[in-house]
Amino acid sequence: MTKIIEVNGVSKSYGGVKANTDISIEVEKGGITGLIGPNGSGKTTLFNSIVGYHPIDSGSIKFEGQEISKKPVQDIARLGLLRTFQQTRIYGDMNCVENMLISMPHRKMTIREAFTTNTRADHDRAEHLLDFVGLYEKRFLRSGSLSFGQQKLLEFAMALMNEPTVLLLDEPTAGINPTLINGLIDRLKRANSEFGITLFIIEHNMRVIMNMADRIYCLAHGELLAAGSPTEIQGDQRVVDAYLGAH
Amino acid sequence: MTILRPIFYLALLAFIIAAPFIAPDFRTQLATLWIFIILSMTWDMTGGQMGYNSLGNILFYGAGMYIAAVVGISIAYNVGEYTNAAGGGIYKFTDTQYFLGMALGLIAAGVLCAGIAWVLGYLLFGLRGPYFAIGTLGAAIAAGELVSNWEWVGGGQGIALPVFPGDDYENAKLFFYYLFAVTGVVLFIFLRWFYTTRFAAAINAIRDDEEKAEAMGLHTLRYKLITWSIAAFFVGIAGGISGYQLIHFEPLETAFQTINLGIFMVVCVLLGGKGTLWGPIIGAILFHVVKEVTWNYLLGWQWVALGALIVITVVYFQDGLMGWLARVKPEWFGERVTEKPALAGEPAE
Ligand SMILES: Nc1ncnc2c1ncn2[C@@H]1O[C@H](COP(=O)(O)OP(=O)(O)OP(=O)(O)O)[C@@H](O)[C@H]1O
Ligand SMILES: [Mg+2]
Repeated sequence: MTKIIEVNGVSKSYGGVKANTDISIEVEKGGITGLIGPNGSGKTTLFNSIVGYHPIDSGSIKFEGQEISKKPVQDIARLGLLRTFQQTRIYGDMNCVENMLISMPHRKMTIREAFTTNTRADHDRAEHLLDFVGLYEKRFLRSGSLSFGQQKLLEFAMALMNEPTVLLLDEPTAGINPTLINGLIDRLKRANSEFGITLFIIEHNMRVIMNMADRIYCLAHGELLAAGSPTEIQGDQRVVDAYLGAH
Repeated sequence: MTILRPIFYLALLAFIIAAPFIAPDFRTQLATLWIFIILSMTWDMTGGQMGYNSLGNILFYGAGMYIAAVVGISIAYNVGEYTNAAGGGIYKFTDTQYFLGMALGLIAAGVLCAGIAWVLGYLLFGLRGPYFAIGTLGAAIAAGELVSNWEWVGGGQGIALPVFPGDDYENAKLFFYYLFAVTGVVLFIFLRWFYTTRFAAAINAIRDDEEKAEAMGLHTLRYKLITWSIAAFFVGIAGGISGYQLIHFEPLETAFQTINLGIFMVVCVLLGGKGTLWGPIIGAILFHVVKEVTWNYLLGWQWVALGALIVITVVYFQDGLMGWLARVKPEWFGERVTEKPALAGEPAE
């Protein structure tokens, strides 16, 4: 197994707030890695650092062996390292199919290809993936009119449309109807096993992440508290304390 | 619908060709209407479709005018000497020199304006929202000032081009009308296709959420530069034609007229409806008619009336005519209601 993301000694602060202090983690190619931690422990900050959303204060971030910590967001996305947003971001005035078609991987497209119309195959793929996340029936609805949970699913489908190598998901089950969470876990696992996408997932729902991840990192107060397999993490007293202390 | 469409376009084309003969007294106004249409359609490429409201597109109109004129003169004479002598009267142009100069001038105007947009875009596309608008306005004002202090191109006096060959000025009016019309029709056909491409979907994504578009790996800067350059290409050509039509033009009031045409094109688009193919065209026609009527019947008050129209459009009618129609008659705009009604519930497993 190779390390596809290597974060080494990364720190990031906002003014006086130390959101991340000396964080080192590794994401294995082809696997599902989890990131947990109480509210405000710096999980989203770490994602933002990895995808180039803001400059980091110190440390190194490598993707497929290449240093990316100085690269802008778009360049990193074009390497095949994609993220979804905790607050979800979709193009609200467009319908679901249009959202999907816009998410086609432009990094694999020449300018000449950009100046063509979408093919039947593109439409089929868009509809297939909407079906995959359970939004087929709503495909021609204005996406802004969907519920928060449905928008999360749409954003997930858009990310799949983009054919990433690694997908960073920021709380994919937040706002999803609890009766549908098992279905979503199943789809995330399939995205990993069938489409071969490496997943790195921030998750608050313990049951969900224990069920999916091969390896889990736990943050608290901006520092790495523990790392290990789901069973190791579950049995780690520091993790239990951090969660109990925070809730 | 499918059979009606070609008939509609053929009828429209016939009307465009016949218009200067249907209303022979209005040939110049009709030509001006085409300027409004071309400037509105191109403004909407960035303003409506890409979410970048430029107040400086008039820069390409002015630059196009000067580039076409300078190139047109230079094939026969030394430009500095020509402008120094202020003029057309002394320097004679043969028909070939006139038309060849104009043709080369228009091509140069289009190509160089596209290049100017590319360079300017590098500097200005880092700005968002109102900052981009003010930045582009500043660029247009600066360009006007720069040119009016540049003696080689006539300074504040501007340039006097040779007059159209022949004695019958009606021929010139027809010629310029058709030259604008061809440019406008080509632009329309181009945009009708352009707005169906993946590229256009990408600039719509930039408009709706540029940060998301970046996070999805779209080449946002490249797409913005290309879009603005295409717009500038057509604006530059329109400006070039205007210069030859006007014969004499000067930098601040005619070429880089930021407060007149520079603002009017924005109003046209808002009036007709941003981000649509037809909105800018309909808006340009409406605006031009209102403008001509107020100029003729409300003399002395025309600016007040026009100002009131602008304020009312911006405050109460932001979606424009097409936006209003889309709300009242969504089915005309291809909006489909899906098989199942939109229930508020979650998706089925
Ligand atoms: N843009 C910002 N400016 C200032 N402070 C910020 C900013 N973003 C995050 N922070 C602070 O950094 C710390 C870590 O925030 P972060 O969003 O990374 O936490 P998180 O683990 O994702 O929390 P949650 O579970 O609530 O999403 C918090 O104290 C937060 O208030
Ligand atoms: Mg977070």
